[in-house]
Amino acid sequence: MSSSAGATAENNDVLLEVENLGVEFDTYGGVVQAVRGVSFSVAEGQTLAIVGESGCGKSVTVQSMMGLIPMPPGRIVSGSAKLKGYQILGRPIVNGNDIRGSEIGMIFQDPMTSLNPTMTIGDQIAEPLQVHRGYSYKQAFAEAIRLLEMSKIPEATKRAKQYPFEFSGGMLQRAMIAMAIACKPSILVADEPTTALDVTIQAQILDLLQDLQKETGMAVILITHDLGVVARMADEVAVMYAGKIVEHGSVDDVFYRSAHPYTLGLKEAMPTNDPSLQHELKPIEGSPPDLFSPPEGCGYCARCPFAMQICNRQQPNDSFLTDHHFSRCWLHDSGARNKPDQLFFKDAAS
Amino acid sequence: MSNLLEVTELTKYFDIGTNQRVHAVENVSLDIAEKEIVGLVGESGSGKSTFGKTVLGLHDKSSGTVKYKDKLLPQKYKSKDFRDLATSMQMIFQDPYSSLNPRMTIGEIVGEGLRLHHKEQSSVVKERTAHWLEKVGLQADHMSRYPHEFSGGQRQRIGIARAMILEPEFVVCDEPISALDVSVQAQVINLLGELKESMGLTLLFIAHDLSMVRYVSDRMAVMYLGSLVEIGKADEVYFDPKHPYTEVLVGSNPEPDPELERSRPSTAIQGEIPSPVNVPAGCRFANRCPKVMEICRQVTPKLIPLKDLKGEIDRQVACHLYE
Repeated sequence: MSSSAGATAENNDVLLEVENLGVEFDTYGGVVQAVRGVSFSVAEGQTLAIVGESGCGKSVTVQSMMGLIPMPPGRIVSGSAKLKGYQILGRPIVNGNDIRGSEIGMIFQDPMTSLNPTMTIGDQIAEPLQVHRGYSYKQAFAEAIRLLEMSKIPEATKRAKQYPFEFSGGMLQRAMIAMAIACKPSILVADEPTTALDVTIQAQILDLLQDLQKETGMAVILITHDLGVVARMADEVAVMYAGKIVEHGSVDDVFYRSAHPYTLGLKEAMPTNDPSLQHELKPIEGSPPDLFSPPEGCGYCARCPFAMQICNRQQPNDSFLTDHHFSRCWLHDSGARNKPDQLFFKDAAS
Repeated sequence: MSNLLEVTELTKYFDIGTNQRVHAVENVSLDIAEKEIVGLVGESGSGKSTFGKTVLGLHDKSSGTVKYKDKLLPQKYKSKDFRDLATSMQMIFQDPYSSLNPRMTIGEIVGEGLRLHHKEQSSVVKERTAHWLEKVGLQADHMSRYPHEFSGGQRQRIGIARAMILEPEFVVCDEPISALDVSVQAQVINLLGELKESMGLTLLFIAHDLSMVRYVSDRMAVMYLGSLVEIGKADEVYFDPKHPYTEVLVGSNPEPDPELERSRPSTAIQGEIPSPVNVPAGCRFANRCPKVMEICRQVTPKLIPLKDLKGEIDRQVACHLYE
């Protein structure tokens, strides 16, 4: 299989298919290659988690799909993103005919700054219904109250008439979820939805997302850097590093049969809470590469404990361990001699 | 082990006008032994940062006492007190972006304490600054650069070097890693661990990441809405929580293990932390507590010592369930 094809979802109801997406930004310092050839697909009702550290391109990937990248300075240099077979990348944004908000809903990291402080919560939730679905204001507002109830906000009728400053962080995130699901989108993109929240509130929001997903059957793309949240929510996981997906597979594949040194590094940098598995925290030394001039070889090479000579010179291809699990690493090449025990290899699968 | 720091019934109110007060910290008593790491956890708004700052004198105490090496610290610090105590107590701040002065070079930021407190010659200050920058994993020639030239992890190291250059005995780390990426968090945690070993530091480690606090701390203290609800050995508090709130906190903390997460029932509780302005009577957790009883809404529970199998007191819990 060619390297650009990416992992295909298990069943045939592929909802979203992204192929070889590349995004660049012009800055004063030069051109930043934020996303460098990303491919993935999402099936109906599935949850895909995109994991990676700040600056790895995970947010830019979904924002370019949603048409949220300001162009210029942004530029989509390659690839396609198809939702139910229709190309959604780079299409001109026309209110009312837009996929954004109707077919794809989005919730953001910081609910405090993502809502309009001068509009009531109810009006903000009603807005997409008026724009996309042609509801009258009255109908839309009534629906907004129902959506707030669905998001388990107490006293929804009263709350709909309040402004964002009267809500707490957790309640605002619920309101944002209500807004995102207003038009019954087939995909919900959640960009770090719980990073700004406390663990107890995080648990409430994650429960809510799971309940809503069960009720509506929508797919979820969850962007996060918290492996705990991934373990709890995801069906599929894509690990991103320096603008590329370095490992992709089912959540069990990625956690229990990690095949890329970066995935392993992330796991070992976190404390485990199993007392029998007590280990020293192993930080990943160094920092991610400069995407102004990304390295010729593997982006992780400079920090990788298993780096070989070739890693510095040439990009690795996707090596498929199973049909749905790949790792973009030279160690999986038949020419690699030392295969570290900590990683999962194809031979071990048979 | 002798106690380095004894905090007794520390209370901090903030007056916010119209006869209202924020009850940020109320009657918190906590002893910290020499060379111990005590982790302090709780939701935002539980008063953990205010507690750390009040202990160091960055806020005036409303009531209660803090003893350092059996010496009573002043209720309200004057500039002389800060000068005297800064050499033995220091703080590392949460946000590495706003806690460094953008108009000072790294050399000025890190060396400032030494210049002010020891009246050293500038060549000595420079030498010590270079030494400390290298010790926290930066380079001596970074001295002439400004904070904006560094990444979050590097800035946090600068904050650590600034706190450590006076070679303090007691350091309050206020969420030192929560603004950092996972891979960098481990770098900073390991650095703190090394410094603790080599300098014999005592740390109060404030954080909301429970797994990390359990990993670094000897003892763990849990705060809710300004009061201490549970304290004990870190592993025991994490794996066998006694207070219903600690149970909820531990249960809400997602573990990086898909099988465990699938098998675990959701422990999300309803409601949010109430406003510290109108603190409810009785137990502060009563309105969210899954095990609430009649008495909880009327009587404020006190910290009760619990004995382990050997009859030793190793845990204190403020809950009516254990009376």
